[in-house]
Formats: sequence, structure tokens, C-alpha cells
Amino acid sequence: MRLPELPHDTPATVLEVENAAAVDPIAGRLRELGFVAGEAVRVIARGPFGHDPLLVQIGYTRFALRRAEAARIRVATT
Amino acid sequence: MNSPAASALRIALVGNPNCGKTALFNRLTGSRQKVANYAGVTVERKEGRFVTTGGRLVQVLDLPGAYSLAATSPDEAVTRDVITGQLAGEALPDLLVCVVDATNLRLHLRFVLELQRLGRPMVLALNMCDAAARRGIRIDLERLRGLLGIPVVETVAVHRRGARALVEQLDRQLPPVAPAPATDLHAETSRILREAVSVPRRTAQIDDAIDRWALHPVLGLAFLSVLLFFMFQAVFSWAEPLMGGIETATAWLGEQLSASLPEGLLRSLLVDGIVAGLGGVIVFLPQILILFLFILLLEESGYLPRAAFLLDRLMVGAGLTGRSFIPLLSSFACAIPGIMATRTIQDPRDRLATILVAPLMTCSARLPIYALLIAAFIPQQTVWGWFNLQGLVLFALYAAGIASALAVAYVMKWLRRDRAEHALLLELPSYRLPNPTDVALGLWERATIFLKRVGGIILSLTVLLWFLSSFPAAPAGAVGPAIDHSFAGMIGHWMQPLFAPVGFNWQICIALIPGLAAREVAVSALATVYALSATAEDAAGQLIPLISSEWSLATALSLLAWYIYAPQCLSTLAVIRRETNSWRVVALSAGYLFALAYLASFVTYQLARSLS
Repeated sequence: MRLPELPHDTPATVLEVENAAAVDPIAGRLRELGFVAGEAVRVIARGPFGHDPLLVQIGYTRFALRRAEAARIRVATT
Repeated sequence: MNSPAASALRIALVGNPNCGKTALFNRLTGSRQKVANYAGVTVERKEGRFVTTGGRLVQVLDLPGAYSLAATSPDEAVTRDVITGQLAGEALPDLLVCVVDATNLRLHLRFVLELQRLGRPMVLALNMCDAAARRGIRIDLERLRGLLGIPVVETVAVHRRGARALVEQLDRQLPPVAPAPATDLHAETSRILREAVSVPRRTAQIDDAIDRWALHPVLGLAFLSVLLFFMFQAVFSWAEPLMGGIETATAWLGEQLSASLPEGLLRSLLVDGIVAGLGGVIVFLPQILILFLFILLLEESGYLPRAAFLLDRLMVGAGLTGRSFIPLLSSFACAIPGIMATRTIQDPRDRLATILVAPLMTCSARLPIYALLIAAFIPQQTVWGWFNLQGLVLFALYAAGIASALAVAYVMKWLRRDRAEHALLLELPSYRLPNPTDVALGLWERATIFLKRVGGIILSLTVLLWFLSSFPAAPAGAVGPAIDHSFAGMIGHWMQPLFAPVGFNWQICIALIPGLAAREVAVSALATVYALSATAEDAAGQLIPLISSEWSLATALSLLAWYIYAPQCLSTLAVIRRETNSWRVVALSAGYLFALAYLASFVTYQLARSLS
């Protein structure tokens, strides 16, 4: 499943970050921010308009990701 | 180079955004800071110096926050180029002080490991270790030193003496370079955390509790609205007396000079050119400082990215970003602090779009003109039961500005060649109580930037406008106001055919020229053109009956439409120049605003004429 489909406040693990294009700096940046296989991840809030962006807890940090950014991240519930 | 700087120890503070780097920089250097831009880019360069207890002179560079050396913004590119010695004109630092937030080591240590690959002498400053201790995070310093192979010191940047351990470390010899870490930085970070750090809970309970309300879809937006309402009330009610005071002081100084100098060119230059010009610059300061006080408090407390989170979706629809919201909102008071606040937008494309539409927000300087024209032409009457027609027109002018800004941003989104996806990827840091010293230093920095960089441009343009309005002098025995015979008068008459299709008479055309200095000057300029005494307290009061009998309603409406768009403010153009470092952007924004102003006035004038 992809991160935007993950239900609210459900513990999950990152499987991988997929490139949306052959060269994808956004995917690269997501990996640098800690979205790597095996890391625990959780969606803790959604924006008030169109449930966008997502507020995502990874490691000890919270990041706001737009849906298009979050869709690069494949996760599995734990 | 034989200056003492050549023998000084050069250190650079480097770390992730939100690691408390700038607070640490403030603790080390106090107010001995120099703020400028890096050559050729609009990234802020902050440098300071201090002397250690051992008497060593240290020169500190506060590098922009970065997540990685694979730069995705101009800020990160500068950081990468400075620490790899690739930025022209910047010496390679002798020592990198890697600043990490002790409560956010998973993210920040990875960057430290990435920096270790560069093979430079490094020290790790474990910042905010007081907050980490409060949250029960235990860090084994000895083990961390051993695993990283570099000195590790604890710092609390918000405490007065919180940088002592770092300063003591700087008195020692440069540490040897540690061997490069293993290739998988994430795995290595996890290993170090497992061996040297124990974290009872991944987040601070207080952050979770506040965010449950602050990011709530309904309550969060309600809180944001109340906050912004309060901010605006404060900007207008606190700035008003200060601005009045500055205006009175300027007028007093002008009168004193007038009384003590013989009538002539020098007096006119001093009083109407320099004093009036300086007053026109300084009068913006109260609003700028109060707005920046709020922006700094929002930024330091960690709320600013939350506001961006709440509003991002709305702004993206118009081709902007959540981070554009606060700068655009500030522009309702004055576009100058609004455009300066776009520094919080790291993405250059989003930042440029925000800067270009900021002047469309109705700033407070437009109010005197709106008030004059509405009072003269719009009848005091009630419509639809309880609405005041004058109030409705004023509201329509504000709404037209906002709608135009959204439309312009939307059109720009379609016109630009760069259709690539630009990420939000916004970190929401822990909430923090703002540190008064850091806020005060931030305010001081904004005030000096405004007065030094922008003030110079505004002052010289004001003197130029004075020259245009005063020369050549009216011939002896000439009738009519003196300005009519000046260059400004000639230009006004020359402009008139161009502005006839939008209904402006030659008096309006002349008033537009000195009105370039600042929009509100147009009112007193009109008074001058109509040969009223411009120094009279109540120029507007005398003008209202005069223009309401001389101008048609179509002309008045056309002038109102003109002021929604016209870049009638050199200060705004000066600040755009300073913030973008590009005359092209200045020309682009002035050009498109003039084109829109002319178009809007033309449509308004022709429509109003055909309807009446």
C-alpha cells in the first residue's frame, strides 16, 4: 500500500521509496529524510482541505508531505 | 592578507534546519554579526566573531540549514559549496561545528555522517540537551565520541552560558580527521543510536497535545484566524501612534529647517527632498518591526510551518505554496515586510511567484487615496438593508486585489516553462518558547537591512523626484502652481494623451509622478497641483468638494481601479530589487502591474461612461 492510503494513526513500516521519474530528486530527498526500508512510519494528521497534505511521523521527526510526494512511499501495516 | 582575520580560527556552523544553529550563533557572537548576501545569490550570509577565554580570535560563519549535501535549494547549495571550498570568495573553514538537535538524532546524525565523508576536522555540538534530558533521552557522550571519532560537546543555545563547552573545545588543538563512515549512512546512524542513545518516546507529549488542536481541521483553522486577526489589530493599533509621531517629527524638523535657512534651492532640497524622503522611509519602520516581531515569534515558536501545513492545499491551487501565506498576509499592512518575509520560502520558484503577487495585496498606504475618492464620489447610503455603500466599495477594492493576486499566480503557473513538481517536504519542528534575545537580534537585523539597503535607494529616488518637481522653476509672473512648469509638469502634460482613454486629466497625471515615492503622497501632490496649500493639515478635506465637482464619476472609479494595481511605490520596487538581486524581476513586476493598472482603469472608465 502507498502512504496516502494508510489509515489515520496506524503503525506501519516503510518498504521502499519509488522514483516517479528516471531522475527523481524528491524521492532521493525522502530517502535522505529517513524513509528507508524497515523504518516505522505513521500518518498523524491530514490538512483541512482535501485531506492534503499529510503529516507523517518518521524517526523522531514529523514532515508535512503532499499526497503526490507521499505516494512515492510504499508501506505495510505492522 | 595581514589583517587579524587571517590568523583567526575560521569555523562554520553546519546542521539541519531547526537544529538551533542560529541561536547558538547568537550565543557565540552576541551582536557582533554581519549580515549580507553570498555573492550572486539571494542566500543570507551571516558572519560573526568572538574571542575565546584562551584569547583566540574565532570567525564564525552560520551556514544555511541543510538536510543533505545533495542540494535541492539555493540555501543547501551554498552550504555544500562553502564546506567543500567550491564557493568563489569564501575561504574553506578550518573546522566544521556540526550542530544537531539532541531530540532529533535519527535525522541529524545521518547528515553528520555524510559530512564526515568530506574528511575535514569536525566537532559535534549536541544542542538542546536540556530538552532531551526533560524528555528522558539519555545520550552516552563517551560512547558517541568513540563511535563518531570526533569531539562531542553539549550545548544549550537558549541559555546565556550554554555555549561554554563549545568555546572551551575551540581553545584546544584542531581535532584529527575521523575515518569516513560505512557506506550505508542510515544503517550506521541506527547502529550508533542503538549503542549510545536511549529514547523512551519518539515524540514530545506536549507537541502531540498541542498539534491535536493546532492542526485540527476546524479548530486549527479557527485558531489561525483568531491569531491573524489579533496580529492585524496589533499592527494597525500599535503602529498608528508611532507613525503619527514620526510624521510629526519629520514635519517639525522640516519647519525648523525652513525657519533657519534662507529661502532657496538648498532649503528646498533639504526640506522637500531629504527630510521628506527620510521621513517617508522611516515612517514604514513601526509597521515593519511589529509585523516582523509577530513573524519571528511564529517562526521561533514553531507555529509558522503549522500555518503552512493548514493552508498549503488552498495556496497550491493558485500556484503558490503554504509558505506564501504569511508573507502575503503581511503585505496587507505593507508589501515591504511581506516581500522580506518571503525568505522563509526556500524554493526559488515559489518565492518568486509570491514576491510578484505581494504588491496586489491592498497595503495600508493605499487607504488615504481610497478614502479620498470614496468620500468624494460614493454617496453615503444604505444598500440591501444594512450595508454601507462606501464600505462595500472599499471591500470590493480589497477583494479585487486578492482575486487578482490569485489569478496572476494562476496565470504564471501556466506560463512558466518549469512545470516540474516542487515538493513541500516541510518539517514540523517541536514547539519552543521564543528566546527574547534571539527575537531582538532578528528584529535588529531586519531593521538594519531595511534602513541600509532599501533606505538608500528610496532616498536617492525621492531626491530625484524632488528635482523633477522643482526644476525648472516657474518663470516670473507665471500663473498656476509651480509644479506645472517643472519637468514633472511637462511629463504630466506629455502623459495626458496616453491616459486620456482611462479618463485621467493632466492634474492627475502630474500627481502620479511625485506619488511614485509612496502612494499616500499622491493626495498631497493633488493638493499641490490644485494650488492648495499642501502643508495644510486637511489637504483631503479641501480636495473632496473640489474634485467631486471637477471630475466625473467615471474618472474617479478609473483612478480607484488604477490604484488596485499600479506599482505606485518605489519602496516596494527597491525591496524587490534587494530581495531578488535582479533588475529583471523589478522590471517584470513593474511592467505587469502597470499593464494591469492601465487595463483595469480603461475597462472601468469605458464601462462607467457607457452606463452613465
